[in-house]
Amino acid sequence: MDTPATYLSWNFILISVPNLLMIAGMIVVFVAALLAPFPSHGEAAEPEDGNDA
Amino acid sequence: MREASPKPQAEHSSWTLSIRRLLARNLPLSNLLPDRQPVYVGSWVYIFGVLAIAGLIWIIGSGVLLAFFGPQWWHESNIGRFVNSLHLWSVQVFFVFMVLHLWGQYFMAGWRDGRAPTWMIGVVIFAFSIAAAFTGFVSQQNFAGEWIAVNAKDATNSFGIGSLFNVLNFGQMYGIHVVLLPLLLATLLGIHLVLVRMRGVVRPIGLKRAAPPSDEERPS
Repeated sequence: MDTPATYLSWNFILISVPNLLMIAGMIVVFVAALLAPFPSHGEAAEPEDGNDA
Repeated sequence: MREASPKPQAEHSSWTLSIRRLLARNLPLSNLLPDRQPVYVGSWVYIFGVLAIAGLIWIIGSGVLLAFFGPQWWHESNIGRFVNSLHLWSVQVFFVFMVLHLWGQYFMAGWRDGRAPTWMIGVVIFAFSIAAAFTGFVSQQNFAGEWIAVNAKDATNSFGIGSLFNVLNFGQMYGIHVVLLPLLLATLLGIHLVLVRMRGVVRPIGLKRAAPPSDEERPS
């Protein structure tokens, strides 16, 4: 914890490994949220007035 | 002695009545506390916003304890260090899920169909959340906080706001962090949520809108 993080540099991009891992993990979670099936609880309501416009 | 008879409602007009009618028209209880959602809401992408709110609740809860017991407690006692860490990691959770919520809303163009105010208030919440995190980092009362503040002082001076927003003034930063920004964020978040309830969740791109109900079908 007391040592500086390792940094990766490419052209003008400079990013620490922990930050890069966080961003990669967020992308993984985002894609998983899009693809993973969502548990269903029976029929869903159709959009109602004022709740769909 | 004659009994006072109430005034007829039709002729009565007041701020209270106007606000009541406005709320009843725009925010019926069926929208404020819906028990059913459109079928397209069945996706994990819609969970990110409420997870960000869960993170914020943990931030506020741990922050209340930190404010009550003070810097010596959060630096020197075991339970204080635990609550301090809880506060820090809740911030990480809050920001991670707020950004995931932002990605989700960006890619589904969540500002469509009259939802621009909801989107813009979300943007403002994001900006003020960064300010809240920053004032928290400079309020740590340790060398890390001092290091951040001294470096940030150059940045704020270069923008010409160093005397108004003095990051080396602990009282100012701490006051902004524990009072002003939490009040502002809670207010904006409340408006954001009410707007979401008023307009509902945006329909996926390409899904046609259902035919509007007739006047007879429209809830009164």
